[in-house]
Amino acid sequence: MQELDQVFVNAKGWLLSLFPIGLRPWVSIAVSVGVIAAIAPFIMMYLTWLERKIIARMQNRFGPTRVGVYGLLQPISDGIKMLIKEDIVPRGADPLLHILAPILSLAPAILLFAVMPFGRNMIAADLNVGLLYLFAISSISSYSIFMGGWASRSKFSILGAMRGVAQIISYEVPGVLSVVAVIMITGTLSMVGIVEAQADQWFVFTPWGIVGCLMFFLSGVAEVNRTPFDMPEAESELVGGFHTEYSGMKFALWYMAEFLESFAICAFTTTLFLGGWQGPAVPFWVLGLLLAVIVATGTKLPAPIRSVGAAAMLGAAVLWRTQVIPSWAWFLAKTYALVFVLVWLRGTFPRLRVDQLMGLAWKFFLPLGLVNIVAAGIWWSLRETPWFGWIASAVVLALSAWALVLANKPEPLQPRTYIYAD
Amino acid sequence: MIGIGVLRGMGVTFKTFLETYPWGRGLLRALRIPTTNGLVTVEYPDVKQQHHERFRYFPFLVYDQTPDNLRCVACKICEQECPPACIHIIGPAKDEQGRPAKAHGRTYPVEFDIDISVCMSCRICVDVCPFDAIEMDNQYELSGFDRFGQMVFNKDKLLKPNDYFQRIKPTEAATVDARLAAKKK
Repeated sequence: MQELDQVFVNAKGWLLSLFPIGLRPWVSIAVSVGVIAAIAPFIMMYLTWLERKIIARMQNRFGPTRVGVYGLLQPISDGIKMLIKEDIVPRGADPLLHILAPILSLAPAILLFAVMPFGRNMIAADLNVGLLYLFAISSISSYSIFMGGWASRSKFSILGAMRGVAQIISYEVPGVLSVVAVIMITGTLSMVGIVEAQADQWFVFTPWGIVGCLMFFLSGVAEVNRTPFDMPEAESELVGGFHTEYSGMKFALWYMAEFLESFAICAFTTTLFLGGWQGPAVPFWVLGLLLAVIVATGTKLPAPIRSVGAAAMLGAAVLWRTQVIPSWAWFLAKTYALVFVLVWLRGTFPRLRVDQLMGLAWKFFLPLGLVNIVAAGIWWSLRETPWFGWIASAVVLALSAWALVLANKPEPLQPRTYIYAD
Repeated sequence: MIGIGVLRGMGVTFKTFLETYPWGRGLLRALRIPTTNGLVTVEYPDVKQQHHERFRYFPFLVYDQTPDNLRCVACKICEQECPPACIHIIGPAKDEQGRPAKAHGRTYPVEFDIDISVCMSCRICVDVCPFDAIEMDNQYELSGFDRFGQMVFNKDKLLKPNDYFQRIKPTEAATVDARLAAKKK
């Protein structure tokens, strides 16, 4: 099973062995960069397809079906369309900044892939300050959004850009705070170190971990401007927000940056809280066997489902026991599950108002993030008695979340009295 | 509890998501959750929607038995009443001495053109016609590449038999036929 797990690493090793020793570090860099540069657009293309398919199904539609089987060639035809469209720069716009902004937004999105641990030994650059790098790089998108909005010379663009900057800066704070707990527990900023620290237990199964995971994920959703936090590009209010005046391939670059960043958010949530490329440490094959027994004996279910379900559970348990699933498959499965959640959120919720959005960041996430650090501390200091620590930190978090909701509850509106109309 | 409404909302969309797949419907049925077929899209060029009988798109000229036995007498009321002025009639036909030419005891139009790209499907021409000579068709796949060559229908293209009318709109045709029979007596 080791071969399947390390298949990409071994392939790279074989490729490197073809070159003289002096060249190998450079070839290694070139290969990593080349692979990332090749798969990033591919990931983005099929994320758009995935999003359109899932959102369509949630709205009782089919989604793309015409181009290729299940519309699988749709992203390619979209790409060709974008390439051959006219590139319009509005009169009075700043042409240099206008073309620089989408490039500046795409570059950090691809740079984020450098510290993404796709699997065991599958990371382009295992920086010892990986987490710092993540936050430093992902903050650049606020510059590019404002640059794009400003350079377009359009009031919709500038409004969207202003909203975008306010939102991104606000949500960076809870985003960073939610990760502080992880740094406290693992004692490292390296992505590989964080993943390896979760070998015994994914952080999402601890009280501070679930809160941190939700906060990091939702702040990430807000930071990459996706529904329900897509204030900077609110179609119904701002036409297209900061990319109103963009067309053709420049527009596609904006979208590429957005989709790659949302993929990165899912990937880093997986890395930081969902165990990265680790399979669940819990002996899940026991659970699988248990479920097989439960499904097989469940009298409420119809007979075919019972037999098929029991067989599936049994198969899963055997698979689990033998550990055939490679690490990169775990990572991609978890990441794409989070991508599904991202699209699911988009399919369910309407856009927040600006004040609600800011209120969520400053009045709820920020204090909860601070409490979360305390809770993680409690959990860590009581690690000798795990259950007690677990319950103590859960109680602290639940109480403070409840208190925050109570404190933030808006006053009920009184019946309005009309002074002049009566 | 906090956030329960959020989860309930997500449950609704996830149920809709499952309902669009056969396996999803099977899963929901197995869990004893009432389901419907979630997909409501009619994939148009492959599948056509069943239209109601009174669905109308564009007028046509009715003839009885043979194409020269058309009901239109070229009175031009429809041409005058047409709000977007898309009907163009030349006629009634004259013989060499300038007297009205007749076919089957009626005058008839020389040219009868309707610009279908201008027509707004209002059915006023049908309402004003004293002879029930013009009726609404339900054909809607009329696109073409040539604005005046294909979008302007002449008399040949507009003429359709009464049988066709009876076939596409049985109820309306029965009323019209009854009215015409009463007039003949």
